[in-house]
Amino acid sequence: MTPRHWAVLLALLAAAAIGALGLRAGTAGSDAARRFFRHPTAAFAVGVLLFFVLIAVCAPLVAPYDPSAQLEIVQLQNRPPSWMHPLGTDLYSRDLLSRLVFGARVSLAVGTLAMLVAVSLGAVVGLLAGYFHRWMDGVLMRLVDVGLAVPRIFLLLIAVSLWSQLPLAILVLTIGLTGWFATSRLVRAEVLSRRELAYVDAARALGAPPARVILRHVLPNAVAPLIVSAALGIGSVMLLEASLSFLGIGVAPPTPSWGNMIADGKEQIATAPWTTLSPGLAIVLVVMALNAVGDALRDALDPRREAT
Amino acid sequence: MKEPLLRVRDLKTYFVTERGRGTARAVDGVSFDLYPGETLGIVGESGCGKTVTSLSILRLIPEPPGHIRPGSFIEFEGRNLLTLSPPELRAVRGNRIAMIFQEPMTSLNPVFTVGDQIAEAAIVHQRLSRRAARARALEMLRLVGIPDPEARLDDYPHQLSGGICQRVMIAMALVCHPQVLIADEPTTALDVTIQAQILELLERLQAELGMAIMLITHDLGIVAGSADRVVVMYAGQVVETAPTPELFTRAQHPYTEGLMASVPRLDRPPAARLHSIPGNVPAATDWPSGCRFHPRCPYAWDKCRAEEPPLLETGGAGHTARCWLVAEPQRRMRRS
Amino acid sequence: MTAWLVRRCAAAIAIVFAVVTLTFLLIHLAPGTPFVPSDERVLDPAVVDGLRRQFGLDRPLGVQYVRYVVALLHGDPGYSFSLRRPIGEVLATTVPNTLLLSGAALAIDFLLGAAIGLYQAARARHRADVVLGNATLFLYSVPTFWLGLVLVLVFGQHLAWFPVGGDRNPVLYPSLSLLGRLGDRAWHLALPALTLGLVGAGGTARFQRAALLEVAGQDFIRTARAKGLHERRIWLVHTLRNALLPLITLFGLALPFLLTGAVLIETVFSWPGMGKLAADAIFTRDYPVVTAAALLASVMVVLGSLVADVLYSVADPRIRLGKGGARA
Repeated sequence: MTPRHWAVLLALLAAAAIGALGLRAGTAGSDAARRFFRHPTAAFAVGVLLFFVLIAVCAPLVAPYDPSAQLEIVQLQNRPPSWMHPLGTDLYSRDLLSRLVFGARVSLAVGTLAMLVAVSLGAVVGLLAGYFHRWMDGVLMRLVDVGLAVPRIFLLLIAVSLWSQLPLAILVLTIGLTGWFATSRLVRAEVLSRRELAYVDAARALGAPPARVILRHVLPNAVAPLIVSAALGIGSVMLLEASLSFLGIGVAPPTPSWGNMIADGKEQIATAPWTTLSPGLAIVLVVMALNAVGDALRDALDPRREAT
Repeated sequence: MKEPLLRVRDLKTYFVTERGRGTARAVDGVSFDLYPGETLGIVGESGCGKTVTSLSILRLIPEPPGHIRPGSFIEFEGRNLLTLSPPELRAVRGNRIAMIFQEPMTSLNPVFTVGDQIAEAAIVHQRLSRRAARARALEMLRLVGIPDPEARLDDYPHQLSGGICQRVMIAMALVCHPQVLIADEPTTALDVTIQAQILELLERLQAELGMAIMLITHDLGIVAGSADRVVVMYAGQVVETAPTPELFTRAQHPYTEGLMASVPRLDRPPAARLHSIPGNVPAATDWPSGCRFHPRCPYAWDKCRAEEPPLLETGGAGHTARCWLVAEPQRRMRRS
Repeated sequence: MTAWLVRRCAAAIAIVFAVVTLTFLLIHLAPGTPFVPSDERVLDPAVVDGLRRQFGLDRPLGVQYVRYVVALLHGDPGYSFSLRRPIGEVLATTVPNTLLLSGAALAIDFLLGAAIGLYQAARARHRADVVLGNATLFLYSVPTFWLGLVLVLVFGQHLAWFPVGGDRNPVLYPSLSLLGRLGDRAWHLALPALTLGLVGAGGTARFQRAALLEVAGQDFIRTARAKGLHERRIWLVHTLRNALLPLITLFGLALPFLLTGAVLIETVFSWPGMGKLAADAIFTRDYPVVTAAALLASVMVVLGSLVADVLYSVADPRIRLGKGGARA
């Protein structure tokens, strides 16, 4: 860890803080932003997320070492935090800060991508079920009932037990494909509450084709709950990814993800707790921030709801 | 003259609005008296502060964001309700002063039976046994004219119609024989025929039980039929007070005139358009300077914009109006 | 009501049946055959054929499906390759442990969560609410297994108040009295149940607080206040009674959460339950075990939501007595 790395780290921290505060100041005029930032933790949460996203993007600049390099297997095994290794080193003498920084890339990317798969699938299913009612609704919602009946982790365990170690892309896809059930119910409920309203009827009466009615009149109303469920969804996917990696069936080593960093450290929890604590804290911090942002977004996007 | 039962003086109830929007002065210096056994109508458009006034009397304003300013004074049975301790206040609420609300369906707890909800106040205030309280609840249901009261005792609110729910609310409010009943728009949510029945019921109960009623409504028609005296509110203030016949024959405030002109009447040809007051009630965060009614007043002149009128004696017995026209009646010109 | 119950039970059975079909298809549509994994392990083809015949995998898919379903109906979820025991036997020893852990966690989850939510709602926006709000957000966001590791580190390693794993003392247990045995089991149960319960309590408290505040803003609460009721009675009787209804729904949703958590927590604490069994079976690619565990978990989830629905309909007079019951 050279002064240059420290400088980059501090610069990113400052950039995140300025970004969050600037966002609050820059949007002070809008009602939605005012409701958003009325949450005491919202600005802080935005800052935390910005910081981790910046770190993930600028990983090579922040990380002092190669995240997979075994620096000095005897001397640098399980070293506690120091100036050279601010978060210490792990059993394989790898620098934990470098792993954490590159792990941010993997963890955030898996979370975001799998959430995108889940939310878009959930939106499509919810829109179809809600708009076309009748048999399509019946079939799709029964499918959702079945999906919700199997705890997700067991579904993933089956998948992994059959396919062995999943490549990262398949892992993302699998997590996404098992995560859309709740979203589709949410969207369906929103669509059902709107489809009987006058303006949707009017559009239909004027002969607009279903696709147009859905995209122009129904979907925009479902956007707010979708955004909220996306924010909360990233957090839950990150927890799931960490859980799978912890069980040894998630992101394949030596690729660093926060989950398999905890898995790597769990055997040394008594002798080298820092190997487990720092990636865990990173997850907690990011997921807390995502949940806080999700809460604040819910209030910001739904004026009917009072802040609670 | 009888002593007033309830004396409201300079009541100010303000609400802190969201950051940067200032303070809403929903009720801003309201004073009036309520005499034993009378029905006092409080009228005004929505947003004029009449509901907040009624909630303030029992201190039912949610705090925050609302608060009643120091200096306000509500005297009842020799005490200031605004400085009572919580136990003292609870002994007044539902016992000496009771209240019924606009939405009878949502004002009853959905998970308890009607009988339990009526009996509750009797158990709390009069320490009746459950059995005695149930008997009292049955008696009350009979009193408010609910058919087949025994069967209704174990019904839940969702099984009853709006009119029956309001009768239940009245039964619940009167179970401890309060001195004062505050009725906040008790018939607004109901059908017209049910409205009349509820008002008749209130009148009959008042004759039987002798309580004073504060009837809050936006409907002058209801006031004309039920109230002995009327307080007209506008923009968080009392703008006119008078006995009902006096008010309907000699209204002084242009706002009162406007309200009356907007009531459909049988003694005018139906062709005449219903008159309504131009504009809206201004925002409570930003009352107009001078007379708060001047932006909507057809008679307003410079003085109205600059100087706020006090409540002026009009000469009629117990008739006051907050309008400079009382002092300068020559300015009242006919307008087409 | 009875008709509704019958319909609801039929739906539950249908869902379980669908899950069975789904898992069957998943297994049989997977690339390769169960004995020739897609990785580098190579088995003698003759051995593979023998195994295939032994487990009936050489039959047509339809026949296999019928056999599978019939076997399940007889309570036989198959045979574990790696443990060389019938899975039914294995589950019989592990499931009670999982139920014990989940049950204890469920109790902590709802008792603690509901209490915190109630306390927060009654003091909404005061300092205590903000502090507890951040604490519950933390619990809601923490990876269960990581919290388990941290609790092991603090209470197991450093303070040594609790054992770091297992469900009983392996050496002393047989020699303990009945009371001693119970104490030993409880002592071993404490940390894993607390971990799982705390994480759940975070979500429950957040949910309960929101539900209570929603109810607290209703007209009938103002009515209760106007009646002169004590604040305590308003919260504990009028508000809580209404806010318990959504909590029943949450109760139905808690089971998937608890069973997911059990997989991780049982692994962290070496708790000999169904979750650890399934997680361990991954590494021997013992898919019948994983499938059986997943099926059982699904049955529990479906049962849980059935129970929640029935409880809800009993607790809410608007459902119990029918919505269209206006008589007057």
